[in-house]
Amino acid sequence: MDFINKNLPYLLAGISVGGQYALIAIGYTMVYGILRLINFAHGDIFMVAALVTVYATTTMPLYVSIPLTLIVTVVLGLAVERVAYKPLRNAPRMSVMISAIGVSYLLQNLALYVTGGLAQTYPAIPFISDTIQIGSATTKMVTVVTPILTIILVFALMQLINHTKIGMGMRAAANDFETSRLMGIKVDNVISMTFLIGSLLAAIGSVLYFTNYASVVPTSGAMPGLKAFVAAVFGGIGSIPGAVIGAFIIGICENIIKGLGWTTFSDAFTFALLIVILIVKPTGLFGEGATDKV
Amino acid sequence: MGKKRNMILGALLLLAAILAIVILEKQLPPTHIALMVLKKGCIYSLVAVSMNLLNGFTGLFSLGQAGFMLVGAYAYAVLTIPVEARGSVYMYFDGGIINFSVPMLVGLLASGLAALLFAWLIGLPVLRLKSDYLAIATLGFAEIIRAFFQWDKLGVITNGSNMLRKYPTFNSTLFPFIASAICIGIIVLMIHSSYGRAFRAIRDDEVAAEAMGINLAKHKRMSFCVSSFFAGIGGGLLAMYQGSIQAAAFKSAMTYEILLIVVIGGLGSVTGSCIASFLFIASSEWWLRFLDSEMTIGSFKVPFLRAGFRKVVFSVIIMLIVLFARKGIMGDHEFSIDGICRFFRNLGKKKEVKS
Repeated sequence: MDFINKNLPYLLAGISVGGQYALIAIGYTMVYGILRLINFAHGDIFMVAALVTVYATTTMPLYVSIPLTLIVTVVLGLAVERVAYKPLRNAPRMSVMISAIGVSYLLQNLALYVTGGLAQTYPAIPFISDTIQIGSATTKMVTVVTPILTIILVFALMQLINHTKIGMGMRAAANDFETSRLMGIKVDNVISMTFLIGSLLAAIGSVLYFTNYASVVPTSGAMPGLKAFVAAVFGGIGSIPGAVIGAFIIGICENIIKGLGWTTFSDAFTFALLIVILIVKPTGLFGEGATDKV
Repeated sequence: MGKKRNMILGALLLLAAILAIVILEKQLPPTHIALMVLKKGCIYSLVAVSMNLLNGFTGLFSLGQAGFMLVGAYAYAVLTIPVEARGSVYMYFDGGIINFSVPMLVGLLASGLAALLFAWLIGLPVLRLKSDYLAIATLGFAEIIRAFFQWDKLGVITNGSNMLRKYPTFNSTLFPFIASAICIGIIVLMIHSSYGRAFRAIRDDEVAAEAMGINLAKHKRMSFCVSSFFAGIGGGLLAMYQGSIQAAAFKSAMTYEILLIVVIGGLGSVTGSCIASFLFIASSEWWLRFLDSEMTIGSFKVPFLRAGFRKVVFSVIIMLIVLFARKGIMGDHEFSIDGICRFFRNLGKKKEVKS
């Protein structure tokens, strides 16, 4: 109990950041499930979403700028898929991955150009930026909102995947790309839908994430992106509940490590975890059977 | 006969390049951008070729290059800072615990060896993974190395997250050129040896290679270690070029840049990587500079031009290459005089057909 009391702020921060990683990780895990592609640009799409909010709130009220952010991010995600991944659908997997790295490079440079290299202050969003008191810890409302919102969204997503036609298409495409195409599933539409959902969740994640961090720079998407990917691998890539649980575990562990005074290693821990999980249990916590990763 | 002629021509080309560098150095002021591009281009060529050995020739998709460069750069800097300068460099750590310094060339060799040691250790677990999992694991290790070198408990050796400086550097462009040329020469010899053939067999088909009696684990490890050794030397050279280093600069973005160079040059082409490095460095540092400053033609102000636009144009060009010219400049061919002759002969033939 003493341990929990002492580490409560870190624990809360961990749960909150875990929820935000979860929202990004879903995008990775769904895209990987269907296309077998590590979408390196996903973290940068997350960053662009934050920049859009920053610029939109300077001229528009919040209730316009946040929906606008969501729309712009979704359009960007779909555009990236159309322009950079679709032409390479029959190319070797490595080419697509290199293309993803190229997109990430392009988005970062574009952000550098637009912002002029200056860190942009993220606007305070009423309600979720308010400070509250939980036990012995003072924190922002976002800490409480994030896990709840994450769970609601994941629940909705699971309903979509398990009980709708497009969800069935997604499951089929993830299972066997070629056969599902033969069965008359419009695979391109399914993939677009996947990118749409991934980008939408990343945009929501960015609103929650940057409320805690206050400033956006062109590289601020890279680290959360990589961590969310690790979370997806940890939970078993292709599995949405796995990604969410993995993200919470990583978020909490990372913040506890920070609390113990090992801040330098909080990033390193995530990657150490990745390597251990890849070697010990390559399919992750909830991964689907045998794959060819090892 | 043809082989001998090619060797003589190659040697002549190399001599001509050295001569050109000497003349350029005489003619241009030492801070001229062309010399900077040449120096950095040489270093990046070496690193790109070392990455190509792994990604293009062995088919191991590794993204750890920046980490190994970091190890090399630090090994070089830590070992070669003169004893009398240590006090001021290691201000916060009472001069550090290393009380000797080694000559430049020994330091450079040590930078390669240090990277090799790290690569060997990392390779033990990581090389069991395949394709994109290998990529993400090596990327992870590069980040761990970066965190590790910034740890203040190790500050007595690595100076924590502070800068390392005051170590010996090179003045002449010839130094990185010759050092890189020797290293690339060794890599080329390796590619043409039986090891190189084994690497290519692994790239093309692991199962078939294993059936042919190639020891997969041994050859993968060897490729990984050799590649990291030369990446380490490249890191040491980069440290010399920059004059001061900081672990924070060796981000994954650096690996991405090198990977893009390799892809632009063509996976599996040594000369392609070299050409692409010089083109990449020259266009990002020099030729596209004009895009960064505002320009007016008559009374018309050209839109979009301001700081940072160069990088945007540059990355769009890269995307176009990645999407539409997937083989890069050279594909998996090598640059050769015969190739050039053939190219022009074919060009002539095509024209004849047209007319």
